[in-house]
Amino acid sequence: MNDTTVKKSVTVRAPVAHAFAVFTQRFDLWWPRSHHISKVDMKEAILEGKEGGRWYERGVDGSECEWGKVLVWAPPQKVALSWHLTPAWDYDADPSKASRVEVTFHDNGDGTTRVELTHSELDRHGNDWQKMKEGIAGDGGWSGILDTYRKSAEAS
Amino acid sequence: MATYQGSKQLDALGDPTRRAIFERLAHGALPVGEIAKRLPITRPAVSQHLKVLKEAGLVRDEAAGTRRLYRIDRKGLEMVRAYFDRFWTEALDAFRKAAEETYEKQEKNDE
Repeated sequence: MNDTTVKKSVTVRAPVAHAFAVFTQRFDLWWPRSHHISKVDMKEAILEGKEGGRWYERGVDGSECEWGKVLVWAPPQKVALSWHLTPAWDYDADPSKASRVEVTFHDNGDGTTRVELTHSELDRHGNDWQKMKEGIAGDGGWSGILDTYRKSAEAS
Repeated sequence: MATYQGSKQLDALGDPTRRAIFERLAHGALPVGEIAKRLPITRPAVSQHLKVLKEAGLVRDEAAGTRRLYRIDRKGLEMVRAYFDRFWTEALDAFRKAAEETYEKQEKNDE
């Protein structure tokens, strides 16, 4: 097991093109509303459909906060993103601190799609642990995350 | 969830007292006595909780003169993984629902 990578997959009852379109163009439809970095409430989450594009949030006041860049754009098979957020949900522009999210879409041949997500190079956030712990006292930082931890621990 | 990564960390932080200790240490390293002073529990109880946190890889200790200092494990990588594991499980589930609902709607409209 590679301990710097998290892998997840899900099977969707829809064709590849549709699954890809919902993941990217309609990103805002499914992204967890609670997960954003601006102090302003999030109006929408946007993923630009081109290599070098941004993925970002737009607040209710129109302000924008970037989350990272689109590294690979190969519809409808693959999209890869750089993740410039620390686990305390702050933006860090330093590319050496960014992890990578790669998502691939496979046709199962029966009208369903297997979506595989790999979030790699997580050690880059691990090295940023000092900064992460500063966020622990703030709302929505580690205290919020720990709360999630606790709840899932109690539920399992 | 049995396959959940980092469940040891979750279990360790499931206890409110351990969570309080962990959050104290987030502000800087402390010896057992200092932690006990700041919380309504005894020194042996603090030691016991620290042992659990240490076994979960969340806290480490080191000798500092005659004292032993406890601090949050700087690496914390396992915790980062546990966090993202949990995050993507939820996010992908929401994505699956959105993709299937919009597809069903589209199919209906095409009929």
